[in-house]
Amino acid sequence: MINSKYFFQGFKSIKGLDSPALALGASFIAIGALLKNIGFNLGQSIFSTFLTYALPGSLVMAESFLIGASLINIFLAVWLVNIRLYPMTVSLMPLLLHKSQPRWKYYLSCHFIAVSAWLIMKSNYQSIEKKHRIDFWIGIGTGTWSVAIVSTIIGFLASDYLNKDMMIGLAIVNPVYFTCMMVGAMKSLQISLSIILGAILGPAFFFISPEWSILYGGVSAGTIAYYVGEFK
Amino acid sequence: MSDISNNIILVILVTSFATYLSRFLGVVSSEKIDETSKIFKWFNCIAYSVLAALIARMVVFPAGELAESAIFIRLFVVVVSVVMFLFTKRNLVYPTVASAIMLAILNNYLSI
Repeated sequence: MINSKYFFQGFKSIKGLDSPALALGASFIAIGALLKNIGFNLGQSIFSTFLTYALPGSLVMAESFLIGASLINIFLAVWLVNIRLYPMTVSLMPLLLHKSQPRWKYYLSCHFIAVSAWLIMKSNYQSIEKKHRIDFWIGIGTGTWSVAIVSTIIGFLASDYLNKDMMIGLAIVNPVYFTCMMVGAMKSLQISLSIILGAILGPAFFFISPEWSILYGGVSAGTIAYYVGEFK
Repeated sequence: MSDISNNIILVILVTSFATYLSRFLGVVSSEKIDETSKIFKWFNCIAYSVLAALIARMVVFPAGELAESAIFIRLFVVVVSVVMFLFTKRNLVYPTVASAIMLAILNNYLSI
């Protein structure tokens, strides 16, 4: 059903010097501690990471829950912050689609689409034959997702011992890791421009609309970069 | 089960549904998109720029704990970490570990 050779090859991406485990671990330890502080029990915290597995969405959930937002407002806020997953999926899945593979693999494994797994897959897919890419991807996804779940448990249990300095230190690890990964991904003009313009326009649009800034900034930056790359 | 824990379960389910929705619709669209097509390339650019926008926002306008540090300290830590990444043959462990330590220390000694 799933080719174990490729699955484990993907799973092993959580080891090694470019492993996302540290960054993911740091952020989900912070999430575990945060969920405990807002009143979730251990089971609920695990359930949350298990089912959502997207950091900004979990943060928005925690904030909205604290201020007692309605379910529909939570839905809209989370949907908006996680809508980036749509272009991420569309720019990943066509690389993994293969006629011989059953569709359920794609619909189940899209749950693993999150920045860390996505960046690893994007930088490694060319080394895997197309037919086996989905199994490789399921391996990466299972590996990173497991790290997130285990870290949520650690954060929940350790929350009493984490002081403010440690929490601030943990919070920077994730943006730093992703910034380095993005710098590493700048291999063509189009992608480099997309990343640089996105990093400028995202915060710039924050002054116009904080909720929509990522989407507005990202779509305009990506579109400019696309045209510059196509017609230069 | 009490009302509060029922409510927490509902909040989690709503959050995960709102998150899965974009992933699911992405797979539906992917079935019709060829990896060599222009629309694929466009989406690829958008995916990278949306991520860059998200990460930049986490650093410039952070939520939660990070908001309690000064922006110049955060930017300094990110720049030093990227330089470290480039000078260590793209090792990701050094810059990530160093960033946490740098921020915790600088935040204590430079903030008023």
